[in-house]
Amino acid sequence: MIEIRIHGRGGQGSVAAAYLLASAAFEAGFTCQAFPSFGAERRGAPVTSFVRIDSVPIQLRAQIRAPDFLIVQDDTLLLDHGITAGLKPGGAMLVNSGRSAEDVEKAFACRAFCVPATAMAIEEIGKPIPNTALLAGFLALTGLLPPAALAAALKGRFKGDTLAHNLTLIDRAAAAVPQGLWKEPADA
Amino acid sequence: MREALEGSLAIARAVALCKPDVVAAYPITPQTHIVENLSRLVAEGEMHTEFVSVESEFSAASVVLGAAAAGARAYTATASQGVLLMAEVLFNIAGLRIPLVMTVANRAVSAPLSIWNDHGDSMAVRDSGWIQLHCVDNQEAVDTTIQAFRIAQETELPVMVCMDGFVLTHTMEIIDMPSQEEVAGWLPPFDFARKLDPTDPKSFGMLVTPEYFAEIRHAHHAAMTRALPVIDQIDRDWAALTGRSSGGLLEVEGDPAAEVGILAMGSTVGTLRAGMAAHAEAAGPARIIKLRAFRPFPAEALREAVKGLKHLIVIDRAISPGLGGIVGTEVAAVLADMADRPRIHNHAIGLGGRDIPETIYADLMAAIRDPDAPAFSVFDVDLEKLAPEDR
Repeated sequence: MIEIRIHGRGGQGSVAAAYLLASAAFEAGFTCQAFPSFGAERRGAPVTSFVRIDSVPIQLRAQIRAPDFLIVQDDTLLLDHGITAGLKPGGAMLVNSGRSAEDVEKAFACRAFCVPATAMAIEEIGKPIPNTALLAGFLALTGLLPPAALAAALKGRFKGDTLAHNLTLIDRAAAAVPQGLWKEPADA
Repeated sequence: MREALEGSLAIARAVALCKPDVVAAYPITPQTHIVENLSRLVAEGEMHTEFVSVESEFSAASVVLGAAAAGARAYTATASQGVLLMAEVLFNIAGLRIPLVMTVANRAVSAPLSIWNDHGDSMAVRDSGWIQLHCVDNQEAVDTTIQAFRIAQETELPVMVCMDGFVLTHTMEIIDMPSQEEVAGWLPPFDFARKLDPTDPKSFGMLVTPEYFAEIRHAHHAAMTRALPVIDQIDRDWAALTGRSSGGLLEVEGDPAAEVGILAMGSTVGTLRAGMAAHAEAAGPARIIKLRAFRPFPAEALREAVKGLKHLIVIDRAISPGLGGIVGTEVAAVLADMADRPRIHNHAIGLGGRDIPETIYADLMAAIRDPDAPAFSVFDVDLEKLAPEDR
């Protein structure tokens, strides 16, 4: 079972990101579970969401305490050093940020990569919603699911221009990361 | 068809498959997405239902009461404070023996304010006379919702489908959604024999003098007791159609030779299954008793299920202050006349949305070995957070 914890702020689509990743896993033939943890229900407040991907039915309902991967939608959340709590040894963190990966790796003593997903999203979809770009980058880094699975999940959720622009965005974000860099923890 | 769906969307679609004539509901966290999705299905013309937007849960329950009394298949959904605001009408619906279906997205009750999951809300109306069925996962919630419409019309009793708020309502997982053809062929049209009819006038809910009140309560209790085999049979019928049972009245899983049993309702069962799979070697095996029907209470089935157990851990997701566990107390009462009854260890867990970790299985199993353990505890309480006088 692969466990992914997504950290974001209300309005950035952290719950949608979890649902899209679970849908993509389903499209690729895996079992999946995605759910949010709400605190204060308002824009800007920290939101955490969780995704489990497996090949057998998933029974566990607990929040993810020892994730294989972290996806961080807002780099101001890195001010809380507890964000990597429980990250498995060898696990990795993808951050929506213009910072250098080395900088984040040094600060958190874990594997990390940064993608300027908000800037990409503004250019491609006209909105500062980084979730789909981050998911595309995450899947390219890990090779966890084929890119077509994410595209299929997007087609199940969006229509028209929103879909078209997001499909362009995920291609661009996937190309912006080293393919398969985190394949080894994803396979384990 | 298998799909990855959020629980609330799946419930809205399951309700739509049952083609209710009337839906009335007031949105409240964590039931909101069910109502939003139903409203959208009606607005987009995919569901031909009189959707009544109301100003409160009291009105929502009153509208579905009236609609069902007039012969309409009716549905509502609520949670937490919504259940409490409905409480007076819920007793009326049951007392009038009106068949309808309500989803409770189980949530803690204020104060203190909590939007998160426990069973305090449906427990508060435990004695209203509604059938209460609990669901372990979203597949069971979908299947039980459809079954509930048939149970309601066969028993002429209202059915509450309890699903854990957020933990199920807001979780996306793979669900095998039945087709319209399957449901249409399985669920007969709604035909309420006692419906209000101007050509054959009747009265509902008249003043009942002491000469008849006891008889009416007795009859209600008898009707609930008679519902036990109906709930079981309808689940079997559904399984014959779809290959999926939701567990009848209760279901026994795990190691049949185990001397320890764990009884739970709702999504906690999933975490217990995962915990046992991961820790059975170190913590020992258990028989998991998944209680689906809380009202009517399946006493006979429970006595059968606990045979051979030395210990029975009963998990409550609510508390009755001054007594302790509600499910635990009822289980103890039902088993009291058994010669070789197991020792009961009753714990409230996960109150107000406290996360229930996979390690709960091993922790519960270890707690049995403590001879000084109280008969009831709030298992995951952190006493350090309390002032000494509150411990």
